[in-house]
Amino acid sequence: MPFELETAAHPEKLKRVAIEPVSRVEGHGKVTLLLDDDNHVMQVRLHIVEFRGFEKFIEGRPYWEVPVMVQRLCGICPVSHHLAASKAMDQIVGATLTPTAEKIRRLMHYGQILQSHALHFFHLSSPDLLFGFGADVATRNIVGVVAAAPEIARQGVLLRKYGQEVIRMTAGKRVHGTGSIPGGVNKSLSAEERATLLKDIYQMVAWSRSAVEIIKGLFQKNLATYNAFGRFSAHTMGLVRADGAMDLYHGGLRARRADGTTLFDHYDYTHYWDVILEDVKSWSYMKFPYFREMGNSDEGWYRVGPLTRVTQCDFIPTPLADKEREEFLAFDNGSATGATLGYHWARMIEMLHAAESIKDLLHDDDIVGTDLVATGQRCDRGVGVIEAPRGTLIHHYRVDDNDQVIRANLIVSTTHNNQAMNEAIRVVARQYLDGQELTEGLLNHIEVAIRCFDPCLSCATHALGRMPLEVEIVGAGGTVLDRMTRDSHGVCQRPGLPEQP
Amino acid sequence: MSVAPILIFGWGNPSRGDDALGPLFVERIEALGLAGVECQTDFQLQVEHALDLENRHRILFVDASIEAPAPFAVTALEASRDASFSTHAMTPEAVMQVYVELHDEPPAPCTLLAICGERFELGEPLSPGAAAHLDAALAWARQWLVAP
Repeated sequence: MPFELETAAHPEKLKRVAIEPVSRVEGHGKVTLLLDDDNHVMQVRLHIVEFRGFEKFIEGRPYWEVPVMVQRLCGICPVSHHLAASKAMDQIVGATLTPTAEKIRRLMHYGQILQSHALHFFHLSSPDLLFGFGADVATRNIVGVVAAAPEIARQGVLLRKYGQEVIRMTAGKRVHGTGSIPGGVNKSLSAEERATLLKDIYQMVAWSRSAVEIIKGLFQKNLATYNAFGRFSAHTMGLVRADGAMDLYHGGLRARRADGTTLFDHYDYTHYWDVILEDVKSWSYMKFPYFREMGNSDEGWYRVGPLTRVTQCDFIPTPLADKEREEFLAFDNGSATGATLGYHWARMIEMLHAAESIKDLLHDDDIVGTDLVATGQRCDRGVGVIEAPRGTLIHHYRVDDNDQVIRANLIVSTTHNNQAMNEAIRVVARQYLDGQELTEGLLNHIEVAIRCFDPCLSCATHALGRMPLEVEIVGAGGTVLDRMTRDSHGVCQRPGLPEQP
Repeated sequence: MSVAPILIFGWGNPSRGDDALGPLFVERIEALGLAGVECQTDFQLQVEHALDLENRHRILFVDASIEAPAPFAVTALEASRDASFSTHAMTPEAVMQVYVELHDEPPAPCTLLAICGERFELGEPLSPGAAAHLDAALAWARQWLVAP
């Protein structure tokens, strides 16, 4: 799969448009568009300043600290890192989890999926979906959603709040929980906590069903646009259970080629490097993972996350979500399964699955058990893989005889999706920006495509007032031809151009 | 369920240098064990924090700031719509606005304490300057806490 717009033939002759940073995406991203004199898009690249220093930060620390430390990598999905690191450390201590430990971890994970998907859909993406990609930025935000559809917004807030409560009760704290440890967990649920969560779970399932209906309705209403928007084909990869079911906590790796044929299935992820390699490119800080068998990142890149998981599993092991999966697959002869905006639909199906799974676990007596930790034969290497809200998350550690981590490698969901995001914005740039005068609404189309993947850019630092958006068009000789800014209060303006030398 | 009349909410990443100012401030206040004061921290402000504002008398938001004058700045907040809704992280004004929309009334009086930070790199300790700013902010907070 070559990238038509990745590298232009003569970039020195093109205008350059930079969108920096990408708004409503964690961290700092930057999109550059090289246009020719007729405003035709000639080159598009998504640059992400991904923080790679974190792996060095971990090295030298005792292994038992790592599941807690890694939560500081991300302010949105710390639980995913907590659990992926714990799974790796289970191998270091040679443990096979007790039923209580595994179910408490699963409960924590489904709480994370529920709250993260609710936040993404109701508060990051619904403004675009409900008001239109090019709507006035003054209303295209969560407050606009609250004003226009207060009940939907309230449900979003309460779904997220419920997920956070599940995390708090299983991890011990709302932030920087310590619940999951090498070999198990350090607490189970009390009878009181179980009763508290049971009280509201049926409402959460009902609201999750409603959320699926919202995105389904939007697809039906905007079929042509939604199907075509940023559409591209890709190889896919994710975890599945031994029987082919969706399993967001544990399983083997399944990879399919873009034509739907299987590349590998139920692959033991503890040797992921035998099937996945990472490439680097001079223009991006982020690596480009690819399937080893395909030889290079140009041919072997792939897509992970909700859309992949829902379409790639054989079934979802909770009835309501599985019924929705079947409807999603059948919708318009399967067209939504290849649509970039299909991520949102798949995400809501997963949210429903998470709510149903929480309900099932709350009825399982193992979650109040007391057998919390297992031990076994000490090892020096551990690989933990989990399906985080945004996709497959790999944690890989080596530990020395002094119990110190001597090597860490993390491949986060956003890295897996690096090339897929680039592909989506290239398609959108061609569809909506080619030959057009640049406006905030048009540029938001690029951001809408990126938000489908919900990239997580480890932005946990965020001093007040530092999220401007800047767009700049630079001519062939390096001259600034046009400039658009959106400040931290959302005000768009075209400031004066700098004096040219 | 009754909640403490005063909420102190600090946010930031404790592992990123002076970004830890918000959580550290809250930690120091919490250590005082004051009755009627609830302390909370998080990485970032988010929509559900609007629910934490319910049934309060006063709320103090605390964050590190690269723009605040040293040692700190204090601002009375009003709910408002701003572009922070377009990021994963929200401003306190935006959280207040979500509260207004959900409850159809403003939350209790909210104050922002922005403590001046200097360095925000991962793994860095609190800078000496930020540590001094933190002490000054805590001295101010003792007065704020006993105000009627």
